[in-house]
Amino acid sequence: MKSTATRRDFVLGSAAAAGALSLAGRHAFAADPLKVGFVYVGPVGDYGWTHGHDLGRKAMVTHFGDKVKTTFVESVTEGPDAERVIRQLASSGHGLVFATSFGFMNPTLRVAKQFPKVKFEHATGYQTSPNVSVYNARFHEGRVVCGTIAGRVSKSGVAGYIGSFPIPEVVMGINAFALAARKIRPDFKVKVVWANSWYDPGKEADGAKALVDQGVDIMCQHTDSPAPLQVAETRGIHGFGQASDMKPFAPNAQLTAILDVWDGYYIQRAQDIMDGTWKSHSIWWGLEEGMVKMAPYGPAVPEAVAREADAVREAIIAGTRHPFTGPIKDQKGALRVADGETLSEKEIAAMDWYVEGVEA
Amino acid sequence: MNPESAVLVMLTVMSAATPLLFAALGELVTEKAGVLNLGVEGMMLAGAVSGFAVTVTSGSATLGILCAALGGAAMALAFGVLTLTLAANQVATGLALTIFGVGLSALAGSGFVGMPVMPLPKLAVPGLSDIPVFGPLVFGHDALVYLALLATGGIGWFLAHTRAGLILRAVGESHESAHAIGYSVIRVRYLAVLFGGTMSGLGGAFMSLSYTPMWAEEMTAGRGWIALALVVFASWRPGRVLLGAYLFGGVTILQLHAQGVGGLGIPSQVLSMLPYLATIAVLTIIAAGPWRGRLDAPACLGQAFRPPK
Repeated sequence: MKSTATRRDFVLGSAAAAGALSLAGRHAFAADPLKVGFVYVGPVGDYGWTHGHDLGRKAMVTHFGDKVKTTFVESVTEGPDAERVIRQLASSGHGLVFATSFGFMNPTLRVAKQFPKVKFEHATGYQTSPNVSVYNARFHEGRVVCGTIAGRVSKSGVAGYIGSFPIPEVVMGINAFALAARKIRPDFKVKVVWANSWYDPGKEADGAKALVDQGVDIMCQHTDSPAPLQVAETRGIHGFGQASDMKPFAPNAQLTAILDVWDGYYIQRAQDIMDGTWKSHSIWWGLEEGMVKMAPYGPAVPEAVAREADAVREAIIAGTRHPFTGPIKDQKGALRVADGETLSEKEIAAMDWYVEGVEA
Repeated sequence: MNPESAVLVMLTVMSAATPLLFAALGELVTEKAGVLNLGVEGMMLAGAVSGFAVTVTSGSATLGILCAALGGAAMALAFGVLTLTLAANQVATGLALTIFGVGLSALAGSGFVGMPVMPLPKLAVPGLSDIPVFGPLVFGHDALVYLALLATGGIGWFLAHTRAGLILRAVGESHESAHAIGYSVIRVRYLAVLFGGTMSGLGGAFMSLSYTPMWAEEMTAGRGWIALALVVFASWRPGRVLLGAYLFGGVTILQLHAQGVGGLGIPSQVLSMLPYLATIAVLTIIAAGPWRGRLDAPACLGQAFRPPK
């Protein structure tokens, strides 16, 4: 092309360039769609974590129409591969990149240093930089609602909990659930089985079966497949969905589900870029901001319990109830949080101990 | 543990063992004919996705199971063409088959993620199923669990007591001799490889239709590799494959139970290792103990055969 370019091409080209220059600044971008990149750790069809982020991406497209253009890369392994993918997105004209897994933190920070004009958003991390924001959701607030329902619905007073890895994010969820259930029923117990994986349907199901065989009648999970809830359905007990509404897999068993809703945040951050008001920040949103939502109650939740659960949800939103308000005792019975005191965000984010009633 | 929950545990162990049993029995027959197919995982996934997709689309689980068997066999056919007709390296081709199967099943199954399916019905014999302990243990399973058990006996009998079984073993022990006395080594091996694919496909179908009735990418999660290890563990004997599969399933389930009762003070990661540690321990005992040298690997295992012109 270039070698055969005529003088006319050149003149036209210059005119176009001059036109673009005169429009430089914010308005130049208004004509072009904002390109937004997404890096996913799993397949978009996992029906869990990545599925939730992709719903957020789709909501952004619906909201902005032609004003945004999104790209996503799925099943990116955490490590060197992630850095390559993130750099590829940053260098191909994307103005905003969402890296949606904890393990993408260092690759994101490295690429961000080389592309100061591109804005990055990293989910569930803790390190920010001038062009890297961090966002996370207070899923444990949803666990309080679940715990309240479990305390009322359970007959045996024992819940099973399929955990992924004993990291603070999972530990705080187990504790928030146990505390809420014990508020209803002080002898409530939570038995934890670790799958040591985020996603292994067979193993999650095996763990759930083992727990049912030991007499639990409520199933909770912090893993990504609907397998534990399926076991609950076939064994005739109840449980809670994780990350997505898992009702199709357990129409009778699902009491409610904790939903990750990224839509509002993704739309807002794209809008911030368009308005030129994007700033690096670190946010931890919950029920109040709508980043965590509860799925509609299942048929096994009696009307009175549903109202009670709603009240708990509203109290958390209003700030009158906190998942971790003392007195809280740990597994050994030692007082960890004094009466009336509340754990700080920092203390919650580093939680590595279990409350009374948890068998883990 | 009361008898009632012991029965429940046993039922879980049986279902955990069934996919391993299918895949390992299929691989045993393949290896007895002298072919090493490392693509078990890929064939299981092909079976899991075709079984699930057909069951959802047609509404018939029977048709789904048939198609799962065909799906596994189709993958095995590709392996056969490459390694038997074209004499490609079996180890490399088998590994490629697994990687290919992971990708292909993900592509084929992408439209079926998040769909529920009715689990396979459990056999319920009026009267008999209600007998305590004995009833649920013997009559409380779905058809595939019984099929796996029947296949164990059937394959054992076929290899030890039939003329066809003898020919298959001859091909695996010395393909030159088998060829010299007039048997078609390639044809026998094709049949064995296809049988292996069929069984892996059925193991996959059990995963996606009964064990966890759904389709998810890479849902077999390494069970194909465990099946390969079980064949060596069982020193190429169907009865021992059964024992190995139940042992492995049992240790997996029991470690989860141990966690549920408070972990006995052992970290969960160590408990998760137990099944694998048990496998290594038994392999070491077989290789170093008084049975040394009696692993009974088919002499021509993994060797390509080119019929002399």
